[in-house]
Amino acid sequence: MYASNFVEGVDFSLYFILAISVFFLVGITAVMIYFLFRYSKKRNPVATNIEGSWTLEIIWTVVPTILVLLMFWYGWVGYRPMLTAPDDAMEIQAVGQMWKWTFNYDNGKSSDTLVIPIDKPIKLNLVSKDVLHSLYIPAFRLKQDVVPGKDFSMWFIGQKLGRYDILCAEYCGQLHSYMLSSVTVVENDKFNTWLAEKQDNSNEHPGLTLMKKNACFSCHTTDGSRLVGPSFKGVVGRSETIIVDGKEKTITVDADFIKHKLQNPLSSNVKGFQSGLMPKLPLSDDEISHIIDYVSTIK
Amino acid sequence: MTVDTLPYTTFYKAKKGIISWLFTLDHKRVALLYLYSIITFFLVGASLGILMRLELFHPGKDIVEPHTYNQIFTLHGVIMIFLFIIPSIPAVFGNFFLPLLLGTDDVAFPRLNLFSFWLYAIGALFALGTLVFGDGPADTGWTFYAPYSVRTGTNVTMSVVAAFVLGFSSILTGLNFIVTIHRLRTPGMGFNQMPLFAWSLYATSWIQLLATPVIGITLLMIVAERVFGVGLFDPSIGGDPVLYQHMFWIYSHPAVYIMALPAMGIVSEIIPTFAQRTIFGYKAIAYSSMAIAFIGYFVWGHHMFTSGMSGPAAYIFSILTFLVAIPTSIKVFNWIATLYKGSINIDTPLLFALAFIFNFLIGGLTGLVNGALAADIHLHDTYFVVGHLHYVMFGGTGFAFFGALHYWFPKIWGKMYNKKVANTAFATLLIGFNILYFPMIILGIMGMPRRYYDYLPEFTFWNQVSTVGSWITVSSLIVLIVNLFVAARKGKKAPDNPWGGITLEWQTKSPPPLENFDKMPKIPEGGPYNYPNAKSSN
Repeated sequence: MYASNFVEGVDFSLYFILAISVFFLVGITAVMIYFLFRYSKKRNPVATNIEGSWTLEIIWTVVPTILVLLMFWYGWVGYRPMLTAPDDAMEIQAVGQMWKWTFNYDNGKSSDTLVIPIDKPIKLNLVSKDVLHSLYIPAFRLKQDVVPGKDFSMWFIGQKLGRYDILCAEYCGQLHSYMLSSVTVVENDKFNTWLAEKQDNSNEHPGLTLMKKNACFSCHTTDGSRLVGPSFKGVVGRSETIIVDGKEKTITVDADFIKHKLQNPLSSNVKGFQSGLMPKLPLSDDEISHIIDYVSTIK
Repeated sequence: MTVDTLPYTTFYKAKKGIISWLFTLDHKRVALLYLYSIITFFLVGASLGILMRLELFHPGKDIVEPHTYNQIFTLHGVIMIFLFIIPSIPAVFGNFFLPLLLGTDDVAFPRLNLFSFWLYAIGALFALGTLVFGDGPADTGWTFYAPYSVRTGTNVTMSVVAAFVLGFSSILTGLNFIVTIHRLRTPGMGFNQMPLFAWSLYATSWIQLLATPVIGITLLMIVAERVFGVGLFDPSIGGDPVLYQHMFWIYSHPAVYIMALPAMGIVSEIIPTFAQRTIFGYKAIAYSSMAIAFIGYFVWGHHMFTSGMSGPAAYIFSILTFLVAIPTSIKVFNWIATLYKGSINIDTPLLFALAFIFNFLIGGLTGLVNGALAADIHLHDTYFVVGHLHYVMFGGTGFAFFGALHYWFPKIWGKMYNKKVANTAFATLLIGFNILYFPMIILGIMGMPRRYYDYLPEFTFWNQVSTVGSWITVSSLIVLIVNLFVAARKGKKAPDNPWGGITLEWQTKSPPPLENFDKMPKIPEGGPYNYPNAKSSN
């Protein structure tokens, strides 16, 4: 059994072309090498000027034309079903952002990894919060770009139980190769149990929940180590050199600075870090104070 | 003593001093200015490639941070595409040999030709300027995809300006060649008596002239967006990122043929000379260049099959892509047929030309895989594409470039290189090249995306094989270049026509005098490759 419903079509198209290619590569190379020795200067001291042959030209135009049209056809046949999802597909929202995937289910459940029931059509509605990403599941032979501002989607049926890698295939900046997740195909009842499990955030600081949701920790660590942006460890009260409009300025990080930075992410940039990457997040004033509250606890 | 051995002034000695080079109007000197610059940038680009392969030797960090790695592959791409491969064959061998092949004394607009070189030099300075100005070289990939390229803090603007200026250099070279081919063919040489390299430059020049302005406009739009905040490609200010991809590939796909067609022209020159017989299917090869240039305009969408393209658009772009394969395969069959009943001298330039065919076949056939919709959905943006494009550009155009260098070396410098060293460098380069890039094709089928700083453990083995290949490749390149460098200074004197070629450049002295020909060159009777010593087929 193939891992997804598209594996067969994709692999057939791929190996059909590869087989013809290997045939021509080996054949042409062999003839080339044979001619090289058969008609070397030693064996054939006098060359013959042969200007061409229309018969041959027609043969080696028509034969490749038929072959490439066949290749085209199998490519199309394998691709066409990817275009439209069946009406009964289960819809899940897949969110890509630098550098994290989030999957939101209809019942409000949200997860960093995708869990799907076996043999059921799944339609992923793709949302990007910042730049281009591409949701790629090699085992399913499927990828689709995730483009900000566009309502793209992809669909598939997981046909084999197991866990498969999800990768980002469209370059999206510094940690592109770490934008990983996975899809786990499970039995239907297991899936229902998993889906019904409530996420218990009640013991969690609301600021932390918000920060996880907005992928803050993709760039900022809590242990003082350096990632894309400065670490949150001891950040409140820390003195930092920032660059505003090309001028350096030393400030002490406080609640007002963090609020201003969240609302105008590109207004300034901590010296020594890449500028232009901090996204503008749609946060309310209340949410911002939760975040500041939580960040102050990271010591 | 015959007239031919009398002392004469070569174009090297016609004038002296660095100023006479920087302000030269001689197409041969302009060609050499390009050659030295292009080889330099090739070595810089190759060094960056080596760094990437070293970083990828193990999963995780080997030598650089992710951000630096991203800048390295961007700079590698920008240098190799815009400073090496696009100008390579046309600007060096086109400039040097087009007038010689046509039996004339220079290109149509010598001043414009010099100006093109200056633009190239200015563009190169901008590209290198990103190393020292602003927040460092761009980290976007050479494709500068929006909206990332609009947002990143690195010096995208300067890289884009570099590509813009280099584009103009390319446009003006194309214009110059078109006029040269139309107006300056020696009396009696019709279009169908032109050598095939001239035909391929003619097709290339039309692409340069008509497609390059599109990238100019696109790059200006990026600058407008970054500097003035005009919403064109970034959706957060009202733009459309997919529009950028369309505009980028409307140029950059035809640009692939700017890189490939001149290489095919080189192969069409080398094979008849070393087979000592006429080319098989002259018209088929000549017109297929024009067909490739024409169809090549309409296939750009195959770079975007996963960008949310509609079914009908995908259908049309895919079928057009497959149609380009037909004129390309016609060329390959005709080249092979040219070896039939030849009297073949197996020499260094021929080896490069035949290796071109082998590598280019792999590049072209993997291209078919990418043109097929279903297979491309899996392989798009994976290492399969990286392998494919290096087979076309390095295995194809790169090998043709070095083939041309070995073919015309005695004409350019009047010296001959050490053939044993050249053949050894060739053999190890061919092996190293395949060890370097074939694993990438396998990695792509396994599902490793491109532009990855780090990778999953299952990809380790083939990455290490590839890195080992990069060491063999670069060592061979060093041997190859040093061998030629030594020969240019101290090589044995070469005869004017060491390969027994009959195209017009072999009728003048080596190196040629300032105005190319002392006396009117004679066009071979019955076609440019009609070798008088070969038997007639009828």
